Amino acid sequence: MNNFIYKTDSMVEWLTNWLQQHLHNPLLVEIVKMLVGAGVLAGFVSVLAMVLIYIERKVAAHMQQRLGPMRVGPHGIFQTVADSIKLLTKECITPQDVDRFVFNLAPLVCFVAAFVSLSFIPFAPRIQAVNFNVGILFILGISSLGVFGILAAGWASNNKWSLLGAMRAGAQIISYELSAVLALLAILIFAGTLDFKEIVESQRNGWWIWRAHGIGIVAFLIYTIASTAECNRTPFDIVEGESELTAGFHTEYSAIKFAMFFLAEFINVFLVCAISATVFFGGWMPFHIGDMTALNGIFDLVPPFVWFFGKVFALVFVVMWFRWTFPRLRVDQLMRFEWKYLMPLALINLGVGAVLAAYGGFFFNKF
Amino acid sequence: MSAPTTDTKAKSPTYQDYFINMGPQHPSTHGVLRMIVKLSGETVLGLTPHLGYVHRGIEKMTEAQTAVQITHLTDRLDYLSAHMNNWAWSMTVEQALGIAVPERAEYLRVIMSELTRIASHQLWWGVFGMDLGAFTPFLYGFRDREMINDIFEKSCGSRLTMNYICPGGVTQDVTGEFEGETRRFVEYFKPIIEEYETLVSGNVIIQERTKGVGILPADRAKAYGCTGPVLRASGVDYDLRKNHPYGVYPRFDFRTAVSPEGDSWARYIVRLEEMRQSLKIITQALDQMPKEGPVRTKLPPTLKIPKGRYMARGETARGEIAFFLVGNDSPKPYRVKIRTPCFSNLSAFPEIIKGWRVADIVTVLSTFDVVVPDIDR
Repeated sequence: MNNFIYKTDSMVEWLTNWLQQHLHNPLLVEIVKMLVGAGVLAGFVSVLAMVLIYIERKVAAHMQQRLGPMRVGPHGIFQTVADSIKLLTKECITPQDVDRFVFNLAPLVCFVAAFVSLSFIPFAPRIQAVNFNVGILFILGISSLGVFGILAAGWASNNKWSLLGAMRAGAQIISYELSAVLALLAILIFAGTLDFKEIVESQRNGWWIWRAHGIGIVAFLIYTIASTAECNRTPFDIVEGESELTAGFHTEYSAIKFAMFFLAEFINVFLVCAISATVFFGGWMPFHIGDMTALNGIFDLVPPFVWFFGKVFALVFVVMWFRWTFPRLRVDQLMRFEWKYLMPLALINLGVGAVLAAYGGFFFNKF
Repeated sequence: MSAPTTDTKAKSPTYQDYFINMGPQHPSTHGVLRMIVKLSGETVLGLTPHLGYVHRGIEKMTEAQTAVQITHLTDRLDYLSAHMNNWAWSMTVEQALGIAVPERAEYLRVIMSELTRIASHQLWWGVFGMDLGAFTPFLYGFRDREMINDIFEKSCGSRLTMNYICPGGVTQDVTGEFEGETRRFVEYFKPIIEEYETLVSGNVIIQERTKGVGILPADRAKAYGCTGPVLRASGVDYDLRKNHPYGVYPRFDFRTAVSPEGDSWARYIVRLEEMRQSLKIITQALDQMPKEGPVRTKLPPTLKIPKGRYMARGETARGEIAFFLVGNDSPKPYRVKIRTPCFSNLSAFPEIIKGWRVADIVTVLSTFDVVVPDIDR
């Protein structure tokens, strides 16, 4: 039974066997497996968003010397559930003179982009909805589709504030994506693969953030900054900028459509932190220190998904910490920062990383 | 750093100016100020404030009320400087009727006013952070403002529109706990200002957003009649408490916070320095204040304002407030003209915001610290 929890791959094994026994048709087995995966992921996403929103509110509250939600359930843990029910049952207002089709499509685009990206993340050995040999490339492609949703929302809302917000979003997300990709690329050169599973496997002897000669640390910092900007989080939340643009691109949205934007935002935060954890911090790999077998053995006892979620939530906390301490940059300062400082730095980092990788230099070489 | 250049591209035949309507309901206009902003992309080409959304006709209402009743209307001008407004009005009435104010009341007026100044600047500091996108300072500011509000509540039962300072002194004496509580607040708040500095002033993004942004040159500030921190941040050393002292202000040792740059950052640090100076004044006032004594001169039941013109001024948290009173040998004034600081301060705003970005409207307006009921009256 112990093994069953720790070795998540045996769960998948068991499911496959069970399906094969009962269905007999290999194609049907694959389809059912996909459906199960999608169902699990959908449930996971909704719960995840609620948990993240709850965490965000609590983190914010404690940074601001207050308690946050306390009334619904013990320590307010059901607050987000109540909020979700409220958002789902509210009237969906579509303002007059909006471009109806695009207006209704936009939240879906945002949500689907975030949702699909999540299916490539390896949560634990073999717990990964889709394994794909260019997974990371695909994620970067899919997740940048989200910007179309934001642009469409801003354009279709027929609201000048929304349009300003959407234009800012377009410029910002596309710019910062470059730095994010360049930072990841530096590590991918070392790892030598675009497959998430193999990236995790390649860190069996040490995480890339330490192994890659300082390249890893620089890349991680760049990626953290750029991905914060990609998620439109403070200090880069000029897209929403509630003190300037009221609510930016989602000013005109209400009820479930607003909830989708909101959900997408939080899933994106989780997603970038999950990518960061996978590429820089070894994904579900336990923390190992050189030859300290006893300690490593203790760490091995912790189930892989605990390692994974621990790492991701630690990173999520950092992103939330940013939000509740930093003010917001101005739009031109934001662009200047990206094009004059962050991107050149990411390029140099990539170049140095490539040279180092070509000459076969990383720490803990035995991999 | 100068203002970003405005767009001078040749306009296509289909070109239309992009107008946005900032307010009357907008998170950063601090009430119901409406600004029509003409934009080119993100750059501000022009800005027109539209006033009057909270116009209550206070100047006209004064003509139907007695001098003491008018005191509570002055609370509603700049509700964050209620004590100072009360005081300026009381001075006007005292001047008209030749009323002397007891010593203890004079000190209480100073202490209350300086506490109000701190409370007002605390709120401004929090809102300034929020306008720049940092939510946390807002709650820090309110946390500390709460202590001042408690002191006010114990002195007169009210937390916002106190109506405490009145012609002839103050309405009632403070409780025995007052001195201890105020001293405790002063001790508590001294290190907190340093916390404010570390949380906001030291932040590189705040400095990027404010340094060199929205420069108001000294000559323009004077031409528009700006007063208070806005004027002092433009390098003009002018503070009513120093230059035209009233009450017992000459007895205190403090300095006027002045900064020569005239940008948003200067307006920010001037207000932080003012808080420190106010703490100094409060400590001195508490030391010098007579422990006992009357707090209100006995007034005749009807205050008949003699024929003539009277004027008194006071330095509120936002600048100079002046009441011009025309008496007509009747208990009700013939006419009252109120000169409010925010109105003059705001008038300089459209000029200096040209060429800056949408986000700078919020920053600069925030450092002007306008209170809309004070503008509209």
